[in-house]
Amino acid sequence: MANIKWTTADPKGVLTGAHYLDGNHAACEGALAAGCRFAAGYPITPSTEVVERFASRIPEVGGVFIQMEDEIASSIALQGAVWAGLKAMTVTSGPGFSLMMEHIGLAAMTETPCVFVNVQRGGPSTGTPTLPAQADMMQARWGSHGDYEIIAVSPSSPQECFDFIIDAFNLAEIYRVPVMFMMDECVGHMTEKVIIPEPEKIKVVERRWTDKKPGEYLPFEPDDDLVPNMVKAGDGYRIHVTGLTHDERGYPAATDVTVHNKLVRRLCDKIYKNAHKIWKWEEMDTDGAEIVVMSYGISARVALRGIEMARERGVKVGLLRLIVVWPLPEPRIREIADKVKAIVVPELNVRAQVAREIERVVAGRCPVIPVGHAGAGVHDPNDIYNAIMEALK
Amino acid sequence: MSVTTYRENPVEQFLRTDRMPHIWCPGCGIGTSVNCFARAVLECGIPLDKLAIVSGIGCTGRVAGYLRLDSFHTTHGRAIPFATGLKLANPELSVVVYSGDGDLAAIGGNHLIHAARRNMDIKVICVNNFNYGMTGGQVAPTTHFGRLATTTPYGSPEIPFNLPHLVASCGAVFVARWTTYHVVQLQRSMVKALKKKGFAFIEVLAPCPTLYMRRNRLGSSVDMMKLFKEKSVVKHGIDTKEVAITNYEDPIIVGEFVDTERPTWLDNYNEIMKKRLGDKYVPWGVNNG
Ligand code: SF4
Repeated sequence: MANIKWTTADPKGVLTGAHYLDGNHAACEGALAAGCRFAAGYPITPSTEVVERFASRIPEVGGVFIQMEDEIASSIALQGAVWAGLKAMTVTSGPGFSLMMEHIGLAAMTETPCVFVNVQRGGPSTGTPTLPAQADMMQARWGSHGDYEIIAVSPSSPQECFDFIIDAFNLAEIYRVPVMFMMDECVGHMTEKVIIPEPEKIKVVERRWTDKKPGEYLPFEPDDDLVPNMVKAGDGYRIHVTGLTHDERGYPAATDVTVHNKLVRRLCDKIYKNAHKIWKWEEMDTDGAEIVVMSYGISARVALRGIEMARERGVKVGLLRLIVVWPLPEPRIREIADKVKAIVVPELNVRAQVAREIERVVAGRCPVIPVGHAGAGVHDPNDIYNAIMEALK
Repeated sequence: MSVTTYRENPVEQFLRTDRMPHIWCPGCGIGTSVNCFARAVLECGIPLDKLAIVSGIGCTGRVAGYLRLDSFHTTHGRAIPFATGLKLANPELSVVVYSGDGDLAAIGGNHLIHAARRNMDIKVICVNNFNYGMTGGQVAPTTHFGRLATTTPYGSPEIPFNLPHLVASCGAVFVARWTTYHVVQLQRSMVKALKKKGFAFIEVLAPCPTLYMRRNRLGSSVDMMKLFKEKSVVKHGIDTKEVAITNYEDPIIVGEFVDTERPTWLDNYNEIMKKRLGDKYVPWGVNNG
């Protein structure tokens, strides 16, 4: 049996009560509630408030924040902290996220549970530092070289920044995978009421420590859910962890096709085959809908207005809001596609990053209509309304 | 009847013998440095379970994989920031970065200077073989001026780094340089570095007979040992400005150049927090498990 131990939040990190917070501050509180005790970061708009708050809160909670010399350093310092036993995150945006790519691959390869927060802004390059986008969705998924799978979570409000970053940490621990917490500038800087529950109401997953003793333990031998149990440095196991292709002992086997095939397939399969336990989405009025809007993050929120306008004109429109964007809830998307006239996908990127994946899943069952936007703002709800009306024809 | 006593090589307990043979070429200096390191660790008495090794990428980057310790073979140039996270998250660990000149001083140069500036409590052993070995002998930030490498086929137009000066000027509290000829001295400096609190840096000049020496017609590693013996001048405490190695012909200044004290990053962090937050602050890394 997989060694997943659920517990409740350490009260030291939990600021129980009703607060008025923006998404960035709420994400920091969520991370602390989830047990994150180490963060490394580098200043970058529009994400910096997350680590600023962490830097001010962590001394009293017990843990460390360090501002590193760049995002490359931040994105590996956190992995050092994880192997020393802490839960850790780094926080960034656009250019910083690009610099972190190699280390997302390292975390995937070494199965290092950690959270990368990306408060998305418009790009490419320096783009629109102070304005939102959702154009890093594919980069989040496959931006590092090689084959691997990650999990990506996308919140639509400050409350969800708090709630879902806890999910992000839990998923990271369960699947030993880097989890991308994909915010955007709009959600990051929008201020709303955020309720932080009592610590005993916050469910937190502990690290999946092995029960085995040094000598019996193989660091990369998968448990029955395809995920290996973990140890940390200093516990006497004398493990070797490498970004090279490695066998179950953790030893490099960089020219062994069999070992490589087995490892890389497992890194992908532990997400694919457990996807049904990872998916998270929310539906509104999808039963009997003619059109379903599928979206995530800020765009799903903006879409509500477009949906409302269409409903006022008698159109049966539903919403499927992805909370876990990667992996996609493929069976549910197909089920909906079988029943509706069309699926409309608004998102803040022009290349239909998630829409294309939905289209692939739908495989011709119904038209999938992307409603692209280059970012630096959010959709005009009229554009979503128009897309819905167009899709009806 | 004679009694044969079998004496185990003291270094053996450090090695992942199940991973032997190693990948290093005959005559390579990296193994010599590892031998000194293993003996230094034994001598200074650090519990082996509390010692972690972090390497980057390259011939020296493979050291982590051969040592029977908690060992992390990270990405190219990034051993130091990984080690920083490891150390700060569990200050009880002794953390050693073991990597090459290209890894630490070129792609990882930014991390090297910042870790020295912060006086991060990690030990850095930098094996300098004057070129990139793993990838076939390209020019490094340490290649002697005018010498050949695959990417400087007519000679390097660059002045190499003076690594001890680089880290000393950033604030390293212990800086030494030895060659693989100086095994006794190297081991002794490694012991000091391991016991030292703060950022310690040891440059180990090592032969790369397969690539650098062959390409530059410098003979075998025995010839390099001779050169190390003849050209080395021990000057403890000398101003690191004076220790640059620009040409192959110049004397090589070796010794312990810096040995000083100043608070580490974590000392300062705890101090400042205590001052500002008073009793609300529980110093990090002091009995926090
Ligand atoms: S290429 Fe050079 S540095 Fe690398 S193992 Fe061979 S001799 Fe040593």
